Amino acid sequence: MAEQAAGTTRPANGRPTSEDREERILGIIETARSKRAKFRDETVTMSHGAGGKATQSMIEGLLVPAFANETLEAMGDAGAVSVDGAELAMTTDSFVVKPIRFPGGSIGELAVNGTVNDLAVAGARPVALTLSLVLEEGLSADELRAEVEAIAAAAEAAGVEIIAGDTKVVERGAADSMYVCTTGLGQRDPRANLSPAGLRPGDKILVSGTVGDHGTAIMLARDDFELEADVESDTCSLWTAVDALLDAAGPSLRCMRDATRGGVASVLNELARASTVAIVVREGDVPVNPVVAGASEILGIEPMYIANEGKLVAFVAPEAADEALRALRGVPGCEQAAEIGEVKTEPPGMVLAETAFGGRRVMDQLVGDPLPRIC
Amino acid sequence: MSMKFVEEYRDAELGRALSAQILSEVEPGRHYKVMEVCGGHTHSIYKYGVDDLLPENVELVHGPGCPVCVMPMGRIDDGIAIAEQENVIFTCFGDMMRIPGSDGSLLDAKAAGADVRMVYSPLDALRIAKQNPDRDVVFFAIGFETTAPSTALTLKRAKAENVPNFFCMCNHVTIVPPLRALLDSPDLRLDGFIGPGHVATVVGARPFEFIPADYGKPIVVAGFEPLDVLQSIHMILDQIAGGRAEVENQYARVVPYEGNTAALAVMEEVFELRPHFEWRGLGFISQSALKLSEAYAELDAELRYEVPGVRVADPKACQCGEVLKGVIKPWECKVFGSACTPERPIGTCMVSPEGACAAYYNYGRFARDREVV
Repeated sequence: MAEQAAGTTRPANGRPTSEDREERILGIIETARSKRAKFRDETVTMSHGAGGKATQSMIEGLLVPAFANETLEAMGDAGAVSVDGAELAMTTDSFVVKPIRFPGGSIGELAVNGTVNDLAVAGARPVALTLSLVLEEGLSADELRAEVEAIAAAAEAAGVEIIAGDTKVVERGAADSMYVCTTGLGQRDPRANLSPAGLRPGDKILVSGTVGDHGTAIMLARDDFELEADVESDTCSLWTAVDALLDAAGPSLRCMRDATRGGVASVLNELARASTVAIVVREGDVPVNPVVAGASEILGIEPMYIANEGKLVAFVAPEAADEALRALRGVPGCEQAAEIGEVKTEPPGMVLAETAFGGRRVMDQLVGDPLPRIC
Repeated sequence: MSMKFVEEYRDAELGRALSAQILSEVEPGRHYKVMEVCGGHTHSIYKYGVDDLLPENVELVHGPGCPVCVMPMGRIDDGIAIAEQENVIFTCFGDMMRIPGSDGSLLDAKAAGADVRMVYSPLDALRIAKQNPDRDVVFFAIGFETTAPSTALTLKRAKAENVPNFFCMCNHVTIVPPLRALLDSPDLRLDGFIGPGHVATVVGARPFEFIPADYGKPIVVAGFEPLDVLQSIHMILDQIAGGRAEVENQYARVVPYEGNTAALAVMEEVFELRPHFEWRGLGFISQSALKLSEAYAELDAELRYEVPGVRVADPKACQCGEVLKGVIKPWECKVFGSACTPERPIGTCMVSPEGACAAYYNYGRFARDREVV
């Protein structure tokens, strides 16, 4: 906006200007933001489950320090472990989505894909899963059977076997229909050299398709809004997409994340902090299904903060970005993959959005809980 | 569902053209302060980076038109006292749940066992009442004239359908009295107003005529898309350049000059003016809020339940009042961004995405004049 500098007034004397003060205060805020979050709440509220700042404070302020070890502190989607030279990865996830069936999927399918994807974006080929079911007294056998079948089908599609499991039943009211927990074992791919701290200025940011589909599908399925629209959850295994990216970019692939709770914006904020870099997103280049754009407009929620269950964000060195995008677009389901922004140096830890309107703004982490129990 | 008729108002090229026109309109060396009254505008300005398209000597001041932000602590405490009653299902909009009262928020009350539920419309609350005939369902109503008609219609329906367990704690406020209080405030110097488009869809543009008539300031009732906001700023600056002060309606595609007479009629039937109401940071303003009328007294939660009803002073460190009056910028508040953040708000302005502080904290930092390398 250099042309706008004409015709403005600034005090020429040496006194600190209002801009200086603003600068200083912003500095203080940034210092506070970059500190490890403390867990200071008196009770657990729904915000702690939303994937935003409260979740972060619980994980970084309570869990990570309690179990202090290097693997956990790396804060990857899966933890790396080596056993007698075998390079493995493990991860776990529980699923409490409401309603348990929704357009495009169900809790069983989510439970498989969610864990498979945490392995995949950590650069590990999913090998086997364990399954725990917590069932509410009174759940119909048909519903249970349908979910077991959904789990079996999703596992087969993702190429993993369910090799152990557990079941529990709790009194009516102590759970909501059913909760599912899966733990995944994967084999780390030798082509992968990924790290949340690996982002470098100049890296390009790719997303594997339209954002916000899953959260929107759940929202509309709950019928709280009496909005009717045709949108389906994007739940699917991301291993094929990861495989294609590793083939195309190999070590130029810096990091990947599946953009679940908190959406793409939360992933970008986590990684900007982990790598101490700035991230600039071109809002106009982010692929959004028009129905999702319309629904989020009405509900006042931004697609970048809405959960996905089959979308990844990849950071690729600039020289490999075009090839990686081409490879990604060749994967069925990823035809709408796009490059949405770039990694920069300053201001570190911040995510900025260039709005399609020509302005600029901060794209911070999510606060509060626009919609609980989406996965 | 399509975005047609919305995208058109976000066209970057038209934005740049308007930006150039605005630049040619301002006198170099003169500082312009324009207040956007409505929190919806504040949100839109930050979300789209409208600020970036304005010359540096045009300053936007965020006004008091965010219903969450003007809610005093005492009312939150009263709401929590009702929510904690046995047999009550307490319903409210999502933003409200995070506002701190003197001892925690409704969200905290919920975690401690109160049955607090988020709804998206007062009709949802009425539906919950019908589904739970054995329990009292209380709707915590907030908002300016924008949302008051939907509360009024819901109350009318509850009465007509004889739903005996539905009650309303009314916190609806009106826009003109606080604007007058602002204009009378000696520490304020404003050159014009971006008028609240949503409120005006109900009340029309006429109630704002006192601003040019009594105070000699221009006001342009504006829509909420970024081009709407830019165009209304252009219209205000054009009035100033031409030495005019009038009510103009940029949002004529939605706002009739006389407002929505049907909505005004139902409000008239269901509500009456309170003699006075406390506004966060602005103090008591007479005839600035609504309560249920005599005819609807049996649905009035404030009459059904004992509430503390005490005035709770704002936390000392909190400068929401000065922010709401536009006397200080959000970042000039002593606790902004350090003790008061969106995840741990002290003041109401940090809670709602329409609050000036939350909007600035979430979107505005680093928006202007900053190098990204």
